[in-house]
Amino acid sequence: MFLRMITKTLIRQKSKMIMIAFTVVLGVSLSTAMMNVMLGVGDKVNRELKVYGANITVRHKDAALMSDLYGLEGQGVNDKFLREDDVLKLKSIFWGFNILDFAPILEGRANLNGSEVSIIGTWPEKHATLPTGEELHTGLKSLRTWWEISGEWLNEDDNNSVMIGNLLASQKNIHVNDTVTIDGKTFNVKGIFNDGGNDDSKVLMTLPSAQKLLNLNGRVSDIEVSALTTPDNDLARKAAQDPRSLSPEEYETWYCTAYVSAICHQIQEVIEDGVAKPVRQVAESEGTILNKTTLLMILITILSSIGSALAISNLITASVIERSQELGLLKALGAYNWQIVLLVLAEVMITGIAGGVVGYFMGIGFAQIIGQTVFGSYIEIARMVILIVAVILFLVTLIGSIPAIRYLMALKPTEVLHGK
Amino acid sequence: MPKTILQLQNVSKIYGNLKALADINLSVNAGDWLSIMGPSGSGKTTMINIIGCMDTPSTGSVILDGTDISKENAANLTRIRRDKIGLIFQQFHLISYLTAVENVMVAQYYHSMPDEEEALEALAKVGLADRANHLPAQLSGGEQQRVCIARALINSPQILLGDEPTGNLDEENEGIVVDIFRRLHEEGVTIIVVTHDPEVGDVAQRKIILEHGRIVDDIDQSATFGEALRLKGKGRV
Repeated sequence: MFLRMITKTLIRQKSKMIMIAFTVVLGVSLSTAMMNVMLGVGDKVNRELKVYGANITVRHKDAALMSDLYGLEGQGVNDKFLREDDVLKLKSIFWGFNILDFAPILEGRANLNGSEVSIIGTWPEKHATLPTGEELHTGLKSLRTWWEISGEWLNEDDNNSVMIGNLLASQKNIHVNDTVTIDGKTFNVKGIFNDGGNDDSKVLMTLPSAQKLLNLNGRVSDIEVSALTTPDNDLARKAAQDPRSLSPEEYETWYCTAYVSAICHQIQEVIEDGVAKPVRQVAESEGTILNKTTLLMILITILSSIGSALAISNLITASVIERSQELGLLKALGAYNWQIVLLVLAEVMITGIAGGVVGYFMGIGFAQIIGQTVFGSYIEIARMVILIVAVILFLVTLIGSIPAIRYLMALKPTEVLHGK
Repeated sequence: MPKTILQLQNVSKIYGNLKALADINLSVNAGDWLSIMGPSGSGKTTMINIIGCMDTPSTGSVILDGTDISKENAANLTRIRRDKIGLIFQQFHLISYLTAVENVMVAQYYHSMPDEEEALEALAKVGLADRANHLPAQLSGGEQQRVCIARALINSPQILLGDEPTGNLDEENEGIVVDIFRRLHEEGVTIIVVTHDPEVGDVAQRKIILEHGRIVDDIDQSATFGEALRLKGKGRV
């Protein structure tokens, strides 16, 4: 009888129920889209933020000590270098997949057309096959996406070419395709770059060229690393102070989470004598932006849920008031308040579930549109969203029904049945 | 000695400054057929609401089948109403999207367990076996009221309470309903009917007249009861 009454009510009130379902569809689709984007956006936002450069630097521990204690940088500070052979080991760490790009840097001083300048040796591009069989494509070009280039970037094997910072180029009146002499060796100027920072007065060349000029074969002064990281929390901050202070459980959680400190720790495990340090400004900005993006999406989800609850509340209350005579009759026939409330809630829940299912799939569609439009890729569907949406749907419907329930509880059969 | 099924002792109902019922004393025996008459505003509906467990008196006590219901809470009143009272309304109050038999089954559902066969039998008793699967909109006023009576009787209540049960019916249908009441009375059902209609009031065994919330007349119609019924009911059902 209960089901019969519900079914017939739903059919009879189909226009109202469609309105309620439509409201639920809107709320659930927005919540589903936002939560899927929120859960899948971490990596995507991080990737977007990679245009701001490396977030980890690795250097020899003695050089790092000099830098930390005295703020000294560059060649001459220390004659300790990292081994170029170790650079590719970065991809072998537990979070190797999260290391998107990296480039070794060898800095030194050399004579350019009669004046001493800073030179940077690096991998402009690097293509290699890792022991795991993975194809690697990285290099400084991927880490300096904001550079404005006149001419062209250096290739992997451009050992006879250099790029000149635009400040230095203008001082020395050097143009693209000019020839320059550095420490007696002639190089073609393949490009002039505008970094907007200190690098604008430096000369960029391939790592082998720099190693040869500086007589530092197989050596690099530091490595710039761009990694996908998880925003720091208390555990990450505690570990950053001293990983040995963590309990075994905490250590495992920290080690298996892509905190920047955990990735640094793992880099140090594979690079002999290396010290990996986060570039705090970049790492923290990424965390802040990610947290704010997440907060924004949570806010949209909450607001859409509140909006749905209000709309549902109005619709259900209007429906119940319209049916007050029928519901009053049920009370007169012996129905308890809870039985009437159950009847109305069941009708609303069934409508809500129908709207929720449609809304969920629409939300997945919206998430993909957002993914394609904003990040240029699909958003991975998180299964846990189904559970969260179900809970939100239940709460929104229940909260939206509260005014109607209060009305039902107060409804007196005598007030609606005599009709005189 | 017949059993007293309902007793109102010094019952008053006060709404602000208005005394809808004033110190009412009334005793109804099991199997009685009582009509309550009076002009509008005399307190008929208030009295039937109190007897039907849909309201409580401001003062006094209402003893229904040995239980004082005047101090019961809403949930208990619902239970008592469900178990002991059958309600018939002037405007029928059938659920528009349920068929006649389903309307009867709703009362079963909230009482105990729906039984379609039993509901069909109840409809047959009021002459609507062939209209069981019709929606209220497909039934005439008289047929709707008969569905309402079947619904009121389905749980075998101790008192059948009618609030202007013939108020919306033409003379023929009024006669049919009265005839059903006659048969129910013969079966021993206690019937209390509020009515404006003197003809319906006259067919009862006993008639009380309310004015300004007081019983101003209590008439024993036993002597003319059979003849009035014969003239009004005419054995239509």
